[in-house]
Order: sequence, then structure tokens, then C-alpha cells
Amino acid sequence: MKGNEAMAEAAIQAGCDAYFGYPITPQSEVLEYLAREMPARGRVVLQAESEVASINMIYGAAGAGFRVMTSSSSPGISLMQEGISYIAGAELPCLIANVNRAGPGLGTIQPGQGDYFQATKGGGHGDYKLIVLAPSSVQEMADFVFLGFELADKYRNPAMILSDGAIGQMMEKVTFGKFKPTKFDKPWATTGKPPTRERNFITSLHIKPEMLEKNNLRLVEKYKKMRETEVRYEEIETDDAEYILVAYGLCARICHKTVNLAREKGIKVGLVRPITLYPFPEKILSELANKTRLMLTVEMNAGQMVEDVKLSVNGKVPVEYYGRMGGMIPNPEEILNKLENLIKTSHAI
Amino acid sequence: MQSEEHTLVEEKLITDKENAVVPEDLKTAEMPCITDEYEIVYQRPKTLVDVSMHYCPGCAHSLVHKLIMEAIDELGIQEQTIGVAPVGCAVFAYDYMDIDMSEAAHGRACAVATGIKKLMPDKYVFTYQGDGDLAAIGVAETLHAINRGENILIVFMNNAVYGMTSGQMAPTTLAGMKTTTSPYGRDTSFYGFPIKVSELIAPLPGAFYVTRQTVNNATAVRKTKKALLNAFRYQKLKKGTCFVEIIGNCPSNWKMTPVETLKFVDDEMIKYFPLGDIKLPKGEDLKNLQEDK
Repeated sequence: MKGNEAMAEAAIQAGCDAYFGYPITPQSEVLEYLAREMPARGRVVLQAESEVASINMIYGAAGAGFRVMTSSSSPGISLMQEGISYIAGAELPCLIANVNRAGPGLGTIQPGQGDYFQATKGGGHGDYKLIVLAPSSVQEMADFVFLGFELADKYRNPAMILSDGAIGQMMEKVTFGKFKPTKFDKPWATTGKPPTRERNFITSLHIKPEMLEKNNLRLVEKYKKMRETEVRYEEIETDDAEYILVAYGLCARICHKTVNLAREKGIKVGLVRPITLYPFPEKILSELANKTRLMLTVEMNAGQMVEDVKLSVNGKVPVEYYGRMGGMIPNPEEILNKLENLIKTSHAI
Repeated sequence: MQSEEHTLVEEKLITDKENAVVPEDLKTAEMPCITDEYEIVYQRPKTLVDVSMHYCPGCAHSLVHKLIMEAIDELGIQEQTIGVAPVGCAVFAYDYMDIDMSEAAHGRACAVATGIKKLMPDKYVFTYQGDGDLAAIGVAETLHAINRGENILIVFMNNAVYGMTSGQMAPTTLAGMKTTTSPYGRDTSFYGFPIKVSELIAPLPGAFYVTRQTVNNATAVRKTKKALLNAFRYQKLKKGTCFVEIIGNCPSNWKMTPVETLKFVDDEMIKYFPLGDIKLPKGEDLKNLQEDK
């Protein structure tokens, strides 16, 4: 099964009530799959006139209390940023998948990780955060749909799956466990006002600055709770590691191979794979910085996550970056070469 | 509507405070107590929240809000109705309407309404949008929602100006009309002509009922109310979009007194934006509605 199809099937199994989307390579399979499978199940699937429209349909349907999802790829996600900011401001749960291609602009349809900043720092206007999950296999494309929906509902916050064109298009075996969606009460939803309650309204407007600040501080508290509770990562051979690779998604798969190659040569290399890019696994990186000599981030961009790794270790070890850009994928050997060169030249070692 | 005479008395009181002359009949007038002896002939609709509105004096928004809520009251659909407020002067509409509402980003009301209605097809969903929101930044969402035949009501307030941002040119600003961004008058050789949205969307098969009304006199108000009532009732048929354009006014940004704006609507606005039904449902389509009753 393709990564994109796994995501679509998982959405159905996770009880997604509606999907609104617009075609864009390399993720159109999600819309195609759901257009085929959703109507017979009484679910809503709609090909919108643009990504701008689809994210606002998400806003409307999420505000009415339904479990909803959209997906796109980088240029389309850029178009959605206004809507995502409103969704975050109005605190609506929904799932947004970005099958990252390479930019800027039209770029190419090949895989990229250039949207890391956009995904993890907010993306649209104003102070807000998404919960960002980074799958590195087709299995995780499915698993993180379940997880993303649950976290979105738990925190009343938009969640994003930040994947890439390779994970979206590759085919691997997937198993779907028996997943029971949690029932979340949504007393705030716009379902029509009965006489028994006050009217509900979905808004991100707080015209009085005192009220806006109060609301933003409440959001900051929510994001803090996410950072305390929802950090997810995978450690590979970090126990005795002297050097740490940090990579997510496709790059993490490649780096796993680099770890094996390095170990064959007797170089003690480990890998930290952030699964949640927001909240970022700061603590484990900070701890590892106490007992390692160097960290190297590997990304398919000009160096974005490297900034978060530097902030996490706060100068305790040198943090370097290696990457390829514009749809080019690094191979395990070139990463190992880079690491070996750094080991030779680094003053800290 | 207030009578012209009454408005003039008020104006005199306001403009000439120092030498204000209070008419004799007002001095001695005693407000009658409402008791069981009196028949209530008029009152605020129950679903219109009892707060003072932020709208400028003489603005049509508050009146149209009231008409919408009267329609909702009369149809008894408060529990089944979800409104979508725009960005523009009506951004606070949910403060005034005692129904569930969703605020939309600028121009996106029809997409938000689509999201709500597709999931809850048996509810009544309406958007309330101005000319900047609907006819400029929101054209794509509006056109496609209507083309899909979304069973929603779109209330389109056309006052030919951006009110909330204080008086910039709108897509519906009349030729030669002065605004803060067309200080020498709208130059149609540069900006083109004002968009007639109702005529533009009426030919779409998804448009079920399209009408243009105004509220600058008592008869017009009654007609607008009727149009809104019908538009809500038609939603039950699930035959397509109802589009009620209302020619409004904007005393603050037209730089006129409220009375002058009412005249401007007659003299200028409705000459370019003619009033009346542009697309009416076919008799056979309405059959089910009558049977329902």
C-alpha cells in the first residue's frame, strides 16, 4: 500500500467524518482514495475549488464538532496558512497532512523537508502551534492519522502530519489494528442552539487587547502542556554513542543505515529520530549532549531542524548540519563521509 | 422606519443643543404603560440579542439583522439554524444573533458554510456578507458554493464601500463614486465597472432563488423580509442556493446624513443595481413546500 493510501484508509478507520481537499502532486492519492471509499460509508468527501476553500470547509465542519481532515503538498499548504491560523485561534481540532515536496515556489514534486519551519513554528500569522507528527514509514503514515486525530481532539488544536513525497509514494506493508476512536464531548460545537444552553460561536476575534492577551496566554499554557506530555521520539543505538545523528522522516531511515555503516567501522554513532517535531524532543537531546561529542542533523533542506537541536543542547556540544536540497535525497555513505570529516576537523573533539 | 418629520425633530435637537427647543407635545407626553389592555403589535424578535449594536447611526446592517432574526423567529428554526459571520462591518454579528454562529476569515464564509451544511444537511445555514467580503476576496468561494448548489442562504449586503476599514473602494462602488482609495471618483477605465453579483450568479444551475432588495423605505423593508422568509423556507427543498442581495447604505463612509443615504439609494444605487427577483423557483419546485405546510 502507498503511504498516501495508508493515510486515507486510516482516516476512514479513525472515524473521519469528512475530507475536503484539492489535487496536488505528490499526495493526490489521498483525495482519490477517499472519493472512492467515503461516500458508500455515508461520509463526506469534497474536492474543493482551492486549498483556501478546503481549509475553510474544514474550519466550518470542525466547528460543528465533526472529525475532519485535509491533505496537500507544500504550495497548497502555503495557501492554507490563513485558514490554519484561524483554526488554531478558534481552537478547532482537525488533521492536516503535508506531503512535503521541494520548494520554494513551484519547486519540484520530489520529496523535500523545506516546510519544517512552516509546520513547527506556526506557519500563518500570529502566535500559535500545531502538533506536528513526522512519519518515516508507510505504517506510521497510518498510525499517525489515528494519533493525530486523538491529539487534535484532546487539545482542541489542529494537528499536522509532516511527511514527504517519498513516504507518500512508497509502497510497504501496513497492518491496521483495531482502533476505537475516543468519544470526545464537544459542547462548544455549532450544531444549532437548543433552549437548554447559551449560543455557541466559533471565532478567533478578541477585539479588546486585554482579552486577546488573556486568550493567547491560555494558548501558551496549552502548548506548554503539550510540550510536557506529548513529546515522542525514537532512539537508535544511543546508549554508548559518541556522536548523534538527528533526523526525521525519510532522512531518519537513511541515517539508520549510516549508523550501521559507522558501527561496522567502529565509530560509535547513534540516532535520535524526533516523531513529534512540535513539541520537539528537547530534553532527550539535552541529556545526550552531556555524554556525546557532536550532533549532526541530516535534513532535505538548507538546515532548519538544526536550529531546534542547537536550542535544545544550548551550546553543550557542537551541532552541525548536513543536507541535500530541491528534491535530492542524501545517501547513507555521504552522511558518513560528512560525519567522519567533522570528527577529524572538529575542535571540540 | 422613522418618519422624515421625526428624524428632522431629532436632528434639530442634536445639532442645536444650546438653543434646543423641545416641542410642547414632547414636554407633556406621558409614556403609556403596557398592560394587558394593549395589544402588542411590534416587538424585538426573541432571537435578536438585547444589546446596543456597534453599527453607525442610520446604517442598514442593524435593520437587516432584525429582519433575519424575525424570519428565524417566525419559522421557529432557532434550534436548527447556524449562521456564518464575515469579516467586515458585520464581523460582530454573532454578538447580536441568538443562534449558533461561526466567524469566517475574510471572503471564506461560503466555504465555512459548505463545511457546516455538508455535514448537517438538515440544518438551516446562512452567510451574511458584505460587498468586499463576497464580491472581491470571496468570489471563488461564493461562485463555487453556488455552482455546487449548496443549500444555504447567502445574504449579500451591498453598500458599495468597505465600511469596517473606513471607506475604501469596493468592487460594487459606482462609477465616479468617491471613496478613500478612489478620491477622484471610481475611474472605470482603470478599475472597470461595479460587479452585479446577482446577475452574474443567477444563470448558474445551482442558484435556486436570486433577488435584489433594499431597505430604504417601509415597503422595501417588507419586501426584503418576505425575500428572507422565502429564502429560509426554500432551504428545506434542497434545490440549491438562495441569494438575497440587499442594497444597503453607509452614512459614515458615503459622507452623508442617514436621510441623504436613503435618497442616494433611490437616485443612484438602484439605477445601477435594479431591484427585483432575478431568478425565481419554478412552480413545480415549490410544490413540495406547499404540501409541507
